[in-house]
Amino acid sequence: MTALVQAHDLAKSFDVSPPWLNRVLERKPRVQLKAVDGVSFSIERGKTLALVGESGCGKSTVARLLVGLYEPTRGGMQFDGQDAHAAFKTPAGRILRRRVQMIFQDPYASLNPRWIVEDIVGEPLREHGILKEGPALKARVGELLQSVGLSPLDMVKYPHQFSGGQRQRISIARALATQPEFLVCDEPTSALDVSVQAQVLNIMKDLQRAQGLTYLFISHNLAVVRHVADQVGVMYLGRLVEVADKAQLFATPQHPYTRMLLDAIPQMKHTGRRRTPVQGEVPNPLNPPSGCTFHPRCPLANERCKTERPPLQMLRGVQVACHAVEEGRD
Amino acid sequence: MSLLQVRNLVVEFPHRRGTLRALDDISFEIAPGEILGVVGESGAGKSLTGAAIIGLLEPPGRVAGGEILLEGQRIDNLGHEAMRHIRGRKIGAIFQDPLTSLNPLYTVGRQLVETIRAHLPVSESEARRRAIGLLQDTGIPAAEQRIDHFPHQFSGGMRQRVVIALALAAEPKLIVADEPTTALDVSIQAQIIELLKGICKDRGAAVMLITHDMGVIAETCDRVAVMYAGRVAEIGPVHEVIHQPAHPYTAGLMAAIPDMTMDRERLNQIDGAMPRLNAIPRGCAYNPRCPRVFDHCMTERPDLFNAGATRAACWLHEVHTASPAYGGLA
Repeated sequence: MTALVQAHDLAKSFDVSPPWLNRVLERKPRVQLKAVDGVSFSIERGKTLALVGESGCGKSTVARLLVGLYEPTRGGMQFDGQDAHAAFKTPAGRILRRRVQMIFQDPYASLNPRWIVEDIVGEPLREHGILKEGPALKARVGELLQSVGLSPLDMVKYPHQFSGGQRQRISIARALATQPEFLVCDEPTSALDVSVQAQVLNIMKDLQRAQGLTYLFISHNLAVVRHVADQVGVMYLGRLVEVADKAQLFATPQHPYTRMLLDAIPQMKHTGRRRTPVQGEVPNPLNPPSGCTFHPRCPLANERCKTERPPLQMLRGVQVACHAVEEGRD
Repeated sequence: MSLLQVRNLVVEFPHRRGTLRALDDISFEIAPGEILGVVGESGAGKSLTGAAIIGLLEPPGRVAGGEILLEGQRIDNLGHEAMRHIRGRKIGAIFQDPLTSLNPLYTVGRQLVETIRAHLPVSESEARRRAIGLLQDTGIPAAEQRIDHFPHQFSGGMRQRVVIALALAAEPKLIVADEPTTALDVSIQAQIIELLKGICKDRGAAVMLITHDMGVIAETCDRVAVMYAGRVAEIGPVHEVIHQPAHPYTAGLMAAIPDMTMDRERLNQIDGAMPRLNAIPRGCAYNPRCPRVFDHCMTERPDLFNAGATRAACWLHEVHTASPAYGGLA
């Protein structure tokens, strides 16, 4: 089976240079922030790839690249065999956009407060010319609301009349309106309480089973990722450091950063556990460390790690970017 | 004797169409050196409980009933000036966002020295020496230099360390920490939790840790209070509350949290959402969502009953001996 989504060496830099006048007068150089620096992965149809990492590692930038909200600086993405970023620019790209939709983190910010739910969920249908204003549109919106566990009677309400979890379900209904194949979910449950998070995660799983959806699921919560993902990619400072099947990643994490992340999660079964937390913090991405960007925090780092950047390669059955794992020093 | 006693605390918000009761009959105690966790979903009243204890309720919110005693002395009826001396000197506070708890225009050192001198009779140079000591204790490298830096020159995790140093500056007996790690990444969260645990133990300070993260509670606290709709649903030793919850809400909440150690196809979901303050159901506030609801729950509100090692506000446990209005667990 071929992959539905394939990213090749996807990269995105942002120009964060000082203003022109400062560059001229104070001779400050141009500055590029490499938010995503060469990320490759593929997702098979009907599967879920989760991207995890700490703030500023480039997870959300990858999400925005995949739906075409950003133009990549380098590399690209193949969707169902065609070059997506080239297609997004052509008139035929509208068809492609129907097939790729996104769910955002904050259900308070991603719904227009002055629109009723019917307009919000119906917008993609009207915009893509799938349905015209009328009873058919109303019926379809009602169906979509039912598929996420809301009532068709809710369509005359405004977003403020719903709780956080219900709003997130409205944004899922909106994303499903065009019958997409690929959903990019950027921290869809991070703003929700745990009991509500469980509702949303269950709905997302049910929909995936019923409609064969493919997900890219972005989260910083490894426990949530373990629940939803088939494959997991761990990102650090704009690069993938490990990509593995869920079971393997959680049972035998290879990269020292993955191990650190897994160890850092507080767990309910360990009441009163004492542990030695990892030292240090994520470095400034404007001035990333040389070689392997994780080396200042890595317990296994040596001279080679400081100078040579490890490539992502197949080691011990998973893809991992680490000299220590390659040399068996861990 | 307990360090802090909260007895039948009621907090109300008067408004045009009546009064909203945000906290209703809250009772608990904290022993010296103990860490009490307070968990619950958004709107359960966790932060409000913390704010009432440190005397920082936002008007028109007010303590409408009950008492708060610190070392046997009532503090809920103290005036503004008297409370100012207790805040900082006897009760330290740590808030969620370290950037808004620090004044961006003053150096970290100036804020620390000011706090120390406001509460303790020491000279400027002695205060500065202590401030450096505090920064070292909270794990800030090169404290002698960092003391003259501004808050924006610190990273998120370092800033939270400064806030902890500030809370400990006048050697308070009690620290109220309201979501101290929610704004931080997991690897930093682990460092801060370990620091908070260690530093409070060394100084014998008790901590009231308010968070929505059960994992953090499990690893940090001695006892835990679970809140729902402005009431304590269950309170008891952390291990028992997590592993043998007596209240159906606690049980539902535990099963809703994705776990790192267990694979489940579906998460347990608690249908519905927490009631709004103006629409709290008659009887037990949890009755519309409770899977074990019966007649009694619909008519009368349960008090805390002894339920094994914990105490739960649930009629299921009524058969056990009725409990006094307040009083702690060992």
